[in-house]
Amino acid sequence: MTLERFLILGAILFGIGLYGALSKKHAIAVLMSLEIMFNGVNLTAVALSRYTVPQAFETASKFLLTGHVFTVFIITVAAAEVALGLAIIIAIYRTRQSVLVTDAKELNR
Amino acid sequence: MSLTTESFAIQLAFWVLSFCTVISAIAVVQIQDLFRSALFLIVTFLGIAGLFVLLGAEFLAGVQLMVYVGAISVLIIFAILMTRDLEEGNPSHSFRIPVAIVAILFMLFSIYAITVGTNWDSRLISETLNQEQQTEAGKIFFADSIPNLANLLLTDFVLAFELVSVLLLAAAVGALALVRNR
Repeated sequence: MTLERFLILGAILFGIGLYGALSKKHAIAVLMSLEIMFNGVNLTAVALSRYTVPQAFETASKFLLTGHVFTVFIITVAAAEVALGLAIIIAIYRTRQSVLVTDAKELNR
Repeated sequence: MSLTTESFAIQLAFWVLSFCTVISAIAVVQIQDLFRSALFLIVTFLGIAGLFVLLGAEFLAGVQLMVYVGAISVLIIFAILMTRDLEEGNPSHSFRIPVAIVAILFMLFSIYAITVGTNWDSRLISETLNQEQQTEAGKIFFADSIPNLANLLLTDFVLAFELVSVLLLAAAVGALALVRNR
């Protein structure tokens, strides 16, 4: 029960983020929903690392922390993604005076 | 703190933190004022940091506070304020009902796979390891978590670690190049 409730919470957060990322028009709202999805995945990784035994545990017991390593990488990639995403949003805002993802459709021809 | 037993206070903390996290996550996608939903996003990040502490990942909770609460939310709020003169609120697509159905179906499927579809007992630390190994695991999680994490990052995952640092540098340079005034 203890592991499952963390996994269920992670799945609920991922689902909420999925809904926001697919249904919002505002580009910054899409980015925020993506952050919620990242957080759900991070929670899942840390909970799995805390309660389950990885296969590599037989070689060295430090591999119990593999989920923590994944979470560090996910947080780094999320930071890079937000920096680039917001830069792109600001660039689009400057050239076309809009931040709606439905208005940026040059590639949609 | 032990690996298997949980006191009432920890249970209560879990329910309070998860309730706050889910409610504020729903608020992020539902509130019409974008600035307010950014503030609720900060509450979500704080709740996740508290859950990391409950899971024995204090270092990750600190990283979460510094990167998400300290850096990412400030970036997002600045971007919202810079683009706010449009006053467009936070509109949704016309197909948001089917998207909501897809998300709910995804959640139900995941919950089914987690509770019924997987046999966790063959993988759990508390079921598969003997007493001596459990003591060692507890030491790794609660006493030596940061040295072991550093060891993993700089030996077994060193390629991914270097790649991620190159990615961060590329993202920083790319962001500067994109927003530069020409």
